[in-house]
Amino acid sequence: MSIADKVVVRLRVNGEDTAIMAPPYKTLLEVLREDLGLTGTKHGCELGECSMCGVLVDGKPFLSCLAMPLDLEGREVTTIEGMPRGRELHPLQVAFAELGAAQCGYCTPAMLLTAKALLDREPRPSREAIKDALSGVLCRCTGYLKIFEAVELAASRATRG
Amino acid sequence: MAASQPGAMFIAGGTDLVPNLKRRQFDVPALISLSALSGMRLIAGDAKDGLTIGAGATLDELAHHPALNGPYRALAQACDLVSTPQVRCMGTLGGNLLVDPRCNYYNQTYSWRKAVGFCLKKDGDICLVARSSPRCWAVSSSDSAPVALALNATVVLHGVGGERRIRADDLYKDDGIDYTTKRADEVITSLHVPASKERMTSAYWKLRRRPAFDFPILGVAVALSWDDGMVQTARGALGAVGSRPVDITPFLGPLTGSRPDDRLIAEVADGADKPARPLDNTDLSHYWRKRMTRVYIERALRDACGLPPVEGRLSAQVKASSM
Repeated sequence: MSIADKVVVRLRVNGEDTAIMAPPYKTLLEVLREDLGLTGTKHGCELGECSMCGVLVDGKPFLSCLAMPLDLEGREVTTIEGMPRGRELHPLQVAFAELGAAQCGYCTPAMLLTAKALLDREPRPSREAIKDALSGVLCRCTGYLKIFEAVELAASRATRG
Repeated sequence: MAASQPGAMFIAGGTDLVPNLKRRQFDVPALISLSALSGMRLIAGDAKDGLTIGAGATLDELAHHPALNGPYRALAQACDLVSTPQVRCMGTLGGNLLVDPRCNYYNQTYSWRKAVGFCLKKDGDICLVARSSPRCWAVSSSDSAPVALALNATVVLHGVGGERRIRADDLYKDDGIDYTTKRADEVITSLHVPASKERMTSAYWKLRRRPAFDFPILGVAVALSWDDGMVQTARGALGAVGSRPVDITPFLGPLTGSRPDDRLIAEVADGADKPARPLDNTDLSHYWRKRMTRVYIERALRDACGLPPVEGRLSAQVKASSM
């Protein structure tokens, strides 16, 4: 592919401004994984059905497989790599690790980010609200129960402190 | 704006368009993003003066918007029932109104369609649902469209020729391919829901296999206006039972001037499913979908009348209707 087929894509990912040259038809998922090397975002159905590729845009859950990077200029993209604060894991990550809320781990990045979006909006969600918020993310191991419990644990720790 | 690039398409949320591009249902030389248009997300007005909703408002915003928890509740219910939370955060009202009609023989990968034989809607020359049919029977799969009809909304379109305002009912054509009167250079900029002089209630009920994901295989939207406990006007529309949303307002006539009770609602629902003619081209059997039409009209009407749901087991497809 020649440089003439590429455009400058400006993105703000995990708090850092970045610009890359990419063909304009590349999805956010492809740019994140292939151009920015952020392979924590997983590649699932590619059709917006499984939410494996979930990231946050301005704090809201988004499907990176359907998002066009050129449309996201000036917006804040958060991937799983941006979830810890420096070396410190996010409380949700700690809870997921403690309770073993990951089997194969493929849906975990999207689960964590989607749960973060929920807790940022609603610090003490009910089990129903958790189920509802995570309903779009498919766990292919069907290990949902531990995931719900881990979100509840993280929420209870955050609101207790 | 757009007319210079023949075949170009507009993209807002992209949740319907991008999967179709990937499966080669759409083949476009260029995409034109609407995200930089100003004022497209504005939501202004109230039930007294009428409500104007920017077509770029996301489904997630509308599902939780305070302007939609009164008379226009059906619209919030419909937006809240579209697909997954992720899709609702991306998808817009304008995009949902114009969801590309769906069919089991069309919404498949390129290789699947090639193996089975291409259909009329894309790359083929016969309809695989009704082989002798000269037309495409893809199903209107928008949740907001029947609500727009039931609320008697007006769609505002902007194109090269200027602004056009049409009734929501006039936005749709009964054809799975040529399904809208929107011209290629036009963009839906807003939806205007008229004011209601009397008290108004509305409800939307949706049938599908998986409550967290699927497109509707049946949608029922109803809107009732009231005066002193009596129904003044009753409007309604069905989604996903044809290539366009189907108006059932004439069948709701007996409600006018009445104080609806269990018996009257059941009687009205009995006749109002008549225009629904589901074909065997979406999820689950079309016989069952036809039978459920009556049931869901009854449930939606009871919801709009503030009556408790019908006795007996509610199917798993039903999401709690209280808001």
